[in-house]
Amino acid sequence: MIDKKWIGHELPASVLPIERTRLQFFAKAIGETDPVYTDAAAARDAGYPDLPAPPTFLFAAELDSGASGRMLDDLQIPLSKLLHGEQSFSYHKAACVGDTVTVRSTISDIYEKKNGALEFVVKTSRATNQRDELVAELRTVIVCRH
Amino acid sequence: MTNTTTATYDNIQIGDELPALQLPPVNRTTLALFAGASGDHNPIHIDTDFARKAGMPDVFAQGMLGMAWLGRLLTQWAPQSQLRRFDVRFQGITHIGHAVRCTGRVLEKLEHNGERCVRVEVLSANQYGQARIAGEALVALR
Repeated sequence: MIDKKWIGHELPASVLPIERTRLQFFAKAIGETDPVYTDAAAARDAGYPDLPAPPTFLFAAELDSGASGRMLDDLQIPLSKLLHGEQSFSYHKAACVGDTVTVRSTISDIYEKKNGALEFVVKTSRATNQRDELVAELRTVIVCRH
Repeated sequence: MTNTTTATYDNIQIGDELPALQLPPVNRTTLALFAGASGDHNPIHIDTDFARKAGMPDVFAQGMLGMAWLGRLLTQWAPQSQLRRFDVRFQGITHIGHAVRCTGRVLEKLEHNGERCVRVEVLSANQYGQARIAGEALVALR
């Protein structure tokens, strides 16, 4: 059983610099062929100051920082039992190469289904840039299967 | 609707389908590259020994890889700067060898925060027609 005392827990802030080679690697990994995501000139032609982070990229912030792994340790959820249940993004401002995005998350709910065979953890996050502008809001539901 | 037409609020009708995105079968290279690029180093996606010890038949795709493919479906239809919301539910595991097809359909035309938007249903399914990820997006159209 995941201890419900963690509801309301704030994860340490995760700082993710948006870097060109990382975005190019991400584009390759997902098979992205639109030059907007790999070629700075194409991105500028599309109205961005530089390559934009694609829609799901900011999920990397708490993986890179280790905040996500630390949360799983705190909640005692082993990687072998972890599934991703739901993921949402609300977008407010583009994050582009040269920006530094900070993600701050709170564990907003913990609940179970099927008499505890499945446990759910809901994490809500705000991503802001170096000017403290809201870039995106995220909502993640992770599942621990027993 | 075709790839060559820019989606605008007036030329989009409820029920219109987005141009589909067909992915090649998932292989271990794809999973390893996505682990590195996404920062998700969970060995269940890249280490067969670990996956088997966890009771899985083999490594399987990261959920966020499937969501990234649905993101490509959306941004090849309308520029990312017009994407307002993107929500998904992961419904089934994408295994090695699954060839995922991403599809989308316009559900509703609406005004949201003073902008003309469409609500789009998105779905990814494997070659057996089994849903893997279902979701919705809100896209602003001029």
